[in-house]
Amino acid sequence: MPIDGEVILPSRRQFLKAGSTVVTGLVLGFYLPDRLLAEAPAGSGQDRFAPNAFLRVAPDNTVAIVSKHVEGGQGIYTGLATILAEELDADWSQIRVEPAPADRGLYKNLQFGSQSTGGSNSIPNSYDQYRRAGATARAMLVAAAAGTWGVPSGEITVDEGIVRHPPSRRKATFGELAISAAILPVPPQVALKDPKDFKLIGAQHLRRIDGKSKSNGTAVFAIDFSLPGMVTALVARPPLFGATVKSFDATAARAVPGVVDVVQISTGVAVVAKSFPAAQRGRNALHVEWDESKAEKRGTPEILNEYRALLETPGAIARQDGDCARALAGAARTLTATFEFPYLAHAPMEPLSGVVRLSAEQCDIWTGDWDVSGVQDDAARITGLKSEQINIHSLFGGGSFGRRGSGASEVVEVAKAIGDHAPVKLFWTREEDMRGDSYRPMYLHKLTAGLDERGNLIAWQHRIVGQSVLGDDPHWIVNGVDITSVAGASNIPYDIPNILVDLHTPVPGVPVDQWRSVGDSHTAFAVETFLDDIAHAAGRDPYQFRYALLAKDPRAKKILELAAPAPMRSGLFAKFPRDRQVLQLAAEKAGWGTPMAAGKGRGIAVHYSFHSSLAYVAEVTVPSDGKLKVDRVVCAVDCGVAINPDVIRAQVEGGIGFGLGAILYGAITLKNGQVEQSNFNDYRVLRMNEMPKVEVHIVESAEPPSGIGEPVVPPIGPAVSNAIFAATGKRVRSLPLNSGA
Amino acid sequence: MPVTFVLNHRKVSLDVAPDDPLLWAIREAAGLTGTKYGCGAALCGACTVHLDEKPIRSCVTPVHAAAGRSVTTIEGVSGPTASAVESAWESMNVVQCGYCQSGQIMSAIALLEQKPFPNDDDIDTAMNGNICRCATYVRIRAAIHEAARTRKG
Repeated sequence: MPIDGEVILPSRRQFLKAGSTVVTGLVLGFYLPDRLLAEAPAGSGQDRFAPNAFLRVAPDNTVAIVSKHVEGGQGIYTGLATILAEELDADWSQIRVEPAPADRGLYKNLQFGSQSTGGSNSIPNSYDQYRRAGATARAMLVAAAAGTWGVPSGEITVDEGIVRHPPSRRKATFGELAISAAILPVPPQVALKDPKDFKLIGAQHLRRIDGKSKSNGTAVFAIDFSLPGMVTALVARPPLFGATVKSFDATAARAVPGVVDVVQISTGVAVVAKSFPAAQRGRNALHVEWDESKAEKRGTPEILNEYRALLETPGAIARQDGDCARALAGAARTLTATFEFPYLAHAPMEPLSGVVRLSAEQCDIWTGDWDVSGVQDDAARITGLKSEQINIHSLFGGGSFGRRGSGASEVVEVAKAIGDHAPVKLFWTREEDMRGDSYRPMYLHKLTAGLDERGNLIAWQHRIVGQSVLGDDPHWIVNGVDITSVAGASNIPYDIPNILVDLHTPVPGVPVDQWRSVGDSHTAFAVETFLDDIAHAAGRDPYQFRYALLAKDPRAKKILELAAPAPMRSGLFAKFPRDRQVLQLAAEKAGWGTPMAAGKGRGIAVHYSFHSSLAYVAEVTVPSDGKLKVDRVVCAVDCGVAINPDVIRAQVEGGIGFGLGAILYGAITLKNGQVEQSNFNDYRVLRMNEMPKVEVHIVESAEPPSGIGEPVVPPIGPAVSNAIFAATGKRVRSLPLNSGA
Repeated sequence: MPVTFVLNHRKVSLDVAPDDPLLWAIREAAGLTGTKYGCGAALCGACTVHLDEKPIRSCVTPVHAAAGRSVTTIEGVSGPTASAVESAWESMNVVQCGYCQSGQIMSAIALLEQKPFPNDDDIDTAMNGNICRCATYVRIRAAIHEAARTRKG
């Protein structure tokens, strides 16, 4: 069910469909928006009462908070714990976090409708829910204390995990009250705090919940998990996308000491062994014949040729304001630029991995996959078991960036194929991951701008060519436009009277998926770099030029056509004063306009995505030998209420490093259908010596919290490319900056 | 024939093929999973352990190279440098996904043992082989300086 004013990006496959939300009842800690409550079937209110849905207070005074979202580095355990502990008035040191089991009734993402993490909406969709869960538990602890002490509950205070009755000087811990609180009725209504009374939300330095275990080697990722008697599987995968197994000869593989089985699954042939080295030797000895008749055999140059031709023809309209063609024809001056963006790998440090124990009655899966409902559905389909027989044990994900969706289905297939005699672990090697990823699509952009005789920007035409990461789901493809392909382009906040954005969606046989910040990962680069071009052509300062174009609310404009599902439209556009404010703040903090030494340059970019507005000013040095160095990035961020300012700063720092690595080096290329890269030597990522200094300024806000994990990426590319232009007068039109490793 | 070496201050005999990478002997045969697989080719540093107190990439080191020597993993580090590093990592909220951090910490400890007060260039040189895809580099750098400052003894 769409939440008003929110852009809802679909989880990997669990697309929300209006009317499909089943409301099973009101449970403690499970907050249903009023509109959903109204749709609950009569009499269903008490049948799912579960006092431990989101928290459990133990007699030892620990508070276990259940995270419905998977922790993959984004800090969601810390974030959800902060929100709940705030309303509970708990002490931070008594908080623990546990992953939720698979139960989409209790733990669904309220924007996706399924139990899934992604789209930078984990905090936004959980904020009210976890606040109410904490406030409800607090009210019950207060009622328990009032009953035990025989005093009015209005005289009781709670602070840092201690319940007090000051007049009688009595006090108790949560643990001491846990049992008497558990038998009390759940209050139907609870008051939430006035944000001015927040102590944990907005605190500058809370320790991350996962900081200790990840600093001493005890944190468990799926690749680390093991069970007695467990075997390890490695999959021989097709050399080309779309190729399938024709036949295989496992004689030599089976003869390798330690190899226990060789089985065919839907993605290839799995060699199962007692250890990883044995599985690797077995896979090396395996002989597979591949059927390549339906495989993609083109290289990137051939695919690019197809795209370049499409770039010259009109596509499906994503946005139309005014009459762009007529405005361009009448313009005093026009500018055109094309941009090329490569396929990109996600390359999380932990390759895909999972462990499965399968029996006739039950399937247990240990995984860091983000789409818990998707994994459960896949496992039910593969095993023939019912959903409730599939138990998912979510572990830390070793990075995702869009990669770790629901890959565990492969290991379920292996477990089924080898029978139920042993639990099995499967993981991908780095080479498999690099060559078998579902990539950020390759995109081409062409932009044309028209200026009038006074240098005002009167026309903006933007054409995009590239694959859809959402396939052909009718809920998300409107007028032939995948909203995620044009996000950041169709919703530009700038006040330009005539705008036309159109899209071609070719379908080469290269697997693609969402990559941290999705469409905004390329659209922001094209839009913000081209704006700099225009400012330069008009003889205007790039910051002042943008600021002036942010004078009018884009939502108030007359838009003839906007290809976006109706529920998404209201949240599609920036609240334009926020964009203006972050732009101004970043410019001011960076000392915009102050002189720089020769060979140095400063560039600015502002971008709105996932409901958050961010502006970056990058400073670069381009020495005469040409080796670019990004020295410093000054950032201004408005993501609504800052739950954990230090996690937000960490996301900005990390997003800059992630995005910078991609624009400097990132490219997956194909030759005759085969991926040319294989590991971190030929798919370079950012390293320590290339990391700039980062300065983060968070705008104080009372608005509901919005995304942070993804919106930190888009502005870094154009800020750097504009800085390079300022330093050298050369424009970056094609990424990566350094092709080849 | 088992390979015998000292692992985290205790003598172990692991029944593995001598040419197998040390990484898998540590993770699978010894069951110590703090040391990570990231690339299998000494390109990312996630598998960094100390061999006789020097940082090495265990994913390309055959286990027989450790025979009769001393291997220390994240689970076995101790002493003032290790504890200063781990507590700086924790107090400065360095980690994100955390997968590379055992390797980062092993490289950082080795650096600080060799250079008690490293400058930024020293940190670049010592840490460049350790990739972090979450790009926690700003904080890794700050935490190394912090550990240098706070180390006792």
